[in-house]
Amino acid sequence: MSKLRVLVGTRKGAFVLESDGKREQWKVSGPYFAGWEIYHMKGSPADPNRLYASQSSGWFGQVIQRSSDGGKTWETPGGEPQPGPGGMPAGQSNKFVYDTSAETGKPLTTHQFYDGTQHPWEFKRVWHLEPSLTDPDTVYAGVEDAALFRSTDGGTSWHEFPGLRGHGTGPRWQPGAGGMCLHTIILDPGDPKRIFIAISAAGAFRTDDGGQTWKPINRGLISPYIPEPTAEVGHCVHHIAMNPSRPSVLFMQKHWDVMRSDDAGDSWHEVSGNLPTDFGFAIDVHAHEPETIYVAPIKSDGEHYPPEGKLRVYRSRTGGNEWEPLTKGLPQSNCYVNVLRDAMAVDSLDSCGVYFGTTGGQVYASADAGDNRAPIVRDLPAVLSVEVQTLP
Amino acid sequence: MIRVELPAHLRTLAQVSREINLDVEGPVTQRSVLDALEARYPMLRGTIRDHVTQQRRPFLRFFACEEDLSHESPDAPLPDSVASGAEPLLIIGAIAGG
Repeated sequence: MSKLRVLVGTRKGAFVLESDGKREQWKVSGPYFAGWEIYHMKGSPADPNRLYASQSSGWFGQVIQRSSDGGKTWETPGGEPQPGPGGMPAGQSNKFVYDTSAETGKPLTTHQFYDGTQHPWEFKRVWHLEPSLTDPDTVYAGVEDAALFRSTDGGTSWHEFPGLRGHGTGPRWQPGAGGMCLHTIILDPGDPKRIFIAISAAGAFRTDDGGQTWKPINRGLISPYIPEPTAEVGHCVHHIAMNPSRPSVLFMQKHWDVMRSDDAGDSWHEVSGNLPTDFGFAIDVHAHEPETIYVAPIKSDGEHYPPEGKLRVYRSRTGGNEWEPLTKGLPQSNCYVNVLRDAMAVDSLDSCGVYFGTTGGQVYASADAGDNRAPIVRDLPAVLSVEVQTLP
Repeated sequence: MIRVELPAHLRTLAQVSREINLDVEGPVTQRSVLDALEARYPMLRGTIRDHVTQQRRPFLRFFACEEDLSHESPDAPLPDSVASGAEPLLIIGAIAGG
């Protein structure tokens, strides 16, 4: 029977939740990295026991952690204690330096700051880690201030794709409330040179040449709260999801609006339909039904909690526009938590499991595509991210 | 032998107890002590001072002998009692909630 491993990043550490395929009884391990913010953890599709975690702190900066045994033990790649002076190893697993070299990089460009002035790029943290689909030692990192890095040595060293930051539209990118973060990385399973990324608040971008050059893919997005609502860049994209069986179809939760693209992001149209509010952060796609999508509507940009105090996931079985609320097992009164952008995930069992975490510390699981839910845990620190591994 | 005390989160990261003993060759300064510390515990690189600029991270301070040494030159000699091992160099995180 298959097993499930749910990787949960929180404001104060990481947790690993494990179950068999019934998804009824769960073993909870953690906290790992207690006291540190874990923005994201994710396992390698090529080796499910290889996990990566982004550990950060306002005091001590960024640390990358790696596990080779499914999360039982962790190490900082290249950071093992040394017996004494000399023999200094690289120890650069937490070194994220923008590539400004004349040979391979771009000058240290500027972006728009909150007050409208230009501001140089400054590294703050890793928001998202996306392991390669084929190589356990290759992993991509989306960082704040927005840029894409890659490691090909298991997280020991990191190198920027400077063509994204240096694309030329950088002076029009600006930070959202959470900072100017590259939070979404989607690797195209059918084309190893195609990568989709999203930045708050710049928008979505795509490379078709393995990361050397990038183009904005924001046509069709309308953001009335920016000076030019249909601008090429400047949109606050919150998250994008794809079903791997249909990589040219993308679903987006924007700051406001749920959007859909059928041409790999070249154009988008709105599919918010009958949602009670189309503001939100999280969005995901059913593992086996590419027209079934999930969102967690949030009241507004000023009130980051569910409308009417009722925590509801909405499901569309028609690729958008027609949505049904899923409420069984979720609090339907006095609930004022948020579901953050990386805090929803699906497993690949049949039937598909749907998971999400809240800023109130609950992690909910559904073993029947969202029809019914129960909390795996109720009282973790605020949940920042949820990922699921379906193990043999 | 130089004694260094780390804040709790860095002790966890480096998997060490409260106080670390280091051998430092040459003049005992903030820079030479941190160089020795990071050579022995590479996972601490970037957590106390910036990888590139080598500037102290803004929410950390250095104290010894009841003195704030945070704003001293990184190449200034540390107090004799730190150099002799009588007193530790304290690396302290700002008390800023969280």
